[in-house]
Amino acid sequence: MKIAITSRGNTPDALLDQRFGRCNYFVVHDSQTGSIEYIPNPGKVLEEGAGPAAVELLSSRKVMMIISGEFGIKIKPILDSLNVQLIIIKDRERTVGGIIQMLNHKKL
Amino acid sequence: MSPNLKRPRKILNPPLVKGFKPYGPALSQGRDAIMMHFEEYEALRLCDYDMLNHHDASQEMGVSRPTFTRIYASARKKIARAFVEGKQITLEGGKVYFDSDWYHCLDCGCYFNNPEMSLPVTDCPLCGHNSFTRAMPTSPLDSEEISTGDYCICPGCGKEIEHIPGIPCNAEYCPVCQTRMRRKGNPS
Repeated sequence: MKIAITSRGNTPDALLDQRFGRCNYFVVHDSQTGSIEYIPNPGKVLEEGAGPAAVELLSSRKVMMIISGEFGIKIKPILDSLNVQLIIIKDRERTVGGIIQMLNHKKL
Repeated sequence: MSPNLKRPRKILNPPLVKGFKPYGPALSQGRDAIMMHFEEYEALRLCDYDMLNHHDASQEMGVSRPTFTRIYASARKKIARAFVEGKQITLEGGKVYFDSDWYHCLDCGCYFNNPEMSLPVTDCPLCGHNSFTRAMPTSPLDSEEISTGDYCICPGCGKEIEHIPGIPCNAEYCPVCQTRMRRKGNPS
């Protein structure tokens, strides 16, 4: 399963970005192969519609789980109809690497 | 006045199947199936399966009580027609959005939803622990409110409050001067 995490930077030590549509990077982690990919968010500079643009980008990569600090009002119905699992982490101190480790640890 | 836009209807449980087929002789299979919208399915489910009354069911779907009754009447009419004329029913379309509930993990403190609404939640998708609660409407849910753009206005002092679908404006009282409210923009 592919998991997307919103990130402030492109290293595993980067903090989780609290915004979904306007985060700096998306980290796409494939739990089967263990691969990690950093995608700069092209929708960051959009005046409006950054959220739907981000959904389009992630759904084209068949992401089934998204971890972020917050999701906008426009996003939830779209993602619900795409059957995507959403996880909200309010803790600002979490790093992307830590979250991935947590996800992998769950399976063992 | 411009015609009112159809408000999106909230669907909590999408149907498990895509439709229903009749069997037996004199089949009219494949030909002109009856299209039943998701909102009509949901209305029927809330009313006749969950046994809610029209008022409670309308608030579940985020529409007014009269609108709900219209959707429900249309659902029954379509089912009756399919039964009598031996037609297929396909479940599709309608102006709907799917909404899932939020859960709060007590172990790692995250919030998560359940996209497979027909399956129960067993554990936290992040940490795997099985201690979680249904998130209270004060948590991430409060940003979920969809504004309808309708307002109730006080004819006495002009105070405006946002209209809540399902509650008639004249059942609301002005928070300032306790006068019965009226729909904003409605001349009557």
